[in-house]
Amino acid sequence: MTTTLPDAEGLLADLIAQMRPALTPETALVGIRTGGLWIAERVHAALGLKTPCGALDVSFYRDDFDKIGLHREVKPTEIPFDVEGREVVVVDDVLYTGRTIRAAMNVLFDYGRPKSIRLAALVDRGGRELPIAPQFLAATVTLAAGESLELTRDASGRLALHVHKS
Amino acid sequence: MFLSNNPQLNAKGELHHLLSLEGLPRAILVQILDTAQSFVGVTQREVKKVPLLRGKAVFNLFFEPSTRTRTTFEIAAKRLSADVINLAINISSATKGESILDTVANLAAMQADMFIVRHAASGAPHLIARHVAEEIHVINAGDGRHAHPTQGLLDMFTIRHYKKDFTGLRVAIVGDVLHSRVARSQIHALSILGVPEIRVVGPKTLLPSHVEAMGVHVYHDMAKGLKDVDVVMMLRLQNERMQGALLPSPQEYFKFYGLTADKLALARPDAIVLHPGPMNRGVEIDSDVADGKQSVILPQVTFGIAIRMAVMSILAGN
Repeated sequence: MTTTLPDAEGLLADLIAQMRPALTPETALVGIRTGGLWIAERVHAALGLKTPCGALDVSFYRDDFDKIGLHREVKPTEIPFDVEGREVVVVDDVLYTGRTIRAAMNVLFDYGRPKSIRLAALVDRGGRELPIAPQFLAATVTLAAGESLELTRDASGRLALHVHKS
Repeated sequence: MFLSNNPQLNAKGELHHLLSLEGLPRAILVQILDTAQSFVGVTQREVKKVPLLRGKAVFNLFFEPSTRTRTTFEIAAKRLSADVINLAINISSATKGESILDTVANLAAMQADMFIVRHAASGAPHLIARHVAEEIHVINAGDGRHAHPTQGLLDMFTIRHYKKDFTGLRVAIVGDVLHSRVARSQIHALSILGVPEIRVVGPKTLLPSHVEAMGVHVYHDMAKGLKDVDVVMMLRLQNERMQGALLPSPQEYFKFYGLTADKLALARPDAIVLHPGPMNRGVEIDSDVADGKQSVILPQVTFGIAIRMAVMSILAGN
């Protein structure tokens, strides 16, 4: 069985439409590297938000470090605003177990105490292992066993979803 | 379990211990530098800690005194949320006649996860690495004249920070290369990272014979050695060297090999000056240079924490 995938650019437009009425210009977006950051940057530009977009790498906060070690390509986390008292939206591409989001929240709390954290995701593929739910979500996708989803970005900046079989 | 040709690597070719930079693949050095770059951001935050090594026990085993290196390893381990135990062995068991391996076996029985080892004898960290249980990691924090890999790495991080790329650089290492584990680690690291011209500068009595075999150019005249270099790496002149027949006097040494503004002017105008510390002002380096615009000696110390965080977290995960 092959899963049919929705168009990522169409999903992004849906996500932006959902977020537009719910965000103020002071709301801060933080994208999880790498796919989440691509989406956060697009949402940030489309909504004309004032607070600069943050980039999050959760490698130092993962709960599977003891099993798989440090990620080969750790990139810096950049939070170019004061987290203290701020409304933050964490942005990721594919929502799965919820463990990455748990790690992302812990990173944010080491920068300060946000007023609130909401979650935006392009796609929810189910399989949650933690009590985490998105406030903004463009699509739910059911995958066959052994399949995983990947977001890519081509040279022109166009986003696309792909299925990988393990 | 380990590949016989490099006792630091595990069967998958990943770094399990850090004993020396000699023979390590460039990819591993670059991975350490890149990871350290991410840790620099962590050390500038409100909360300067990440939970990576939570619950792990890191033992600082210093068989030879050190303040700066021990402290930066301790800070690095604490910022990774590890528990740190400091042991100055020269004032405990060693004086009671316990062997290194007995000391280490006892500490391993206390559920150690990592040993940071400083020892006056070259090869002591290798000896320990060969005898510890498979899950324990060993980091060489300086052994005899042999190696000081984390110092070499933090120097490379500093150079990359200011110069961006290694492949067009001319680098001079100046001073007591003969007795310097720092110089050996620097030369290996610079070669692995592709620096095309490495120079060593010093009096004949303080340069190892056949040092050219390491792929470096030898200069006894400092003016020639510093001409047009991008990076000047000063070495510490250890006080005990001045008592033997190797050197006439500190004043005489300063005249010929001390880094002054006049001598530094021969290097490129944007050259940077490094020193592993602690400095002997007025012996190997003039205060005007040590505190001058081209000095990056204090950033080296800051970067040293990020480098040690990177090494510890990569080892612990492999």
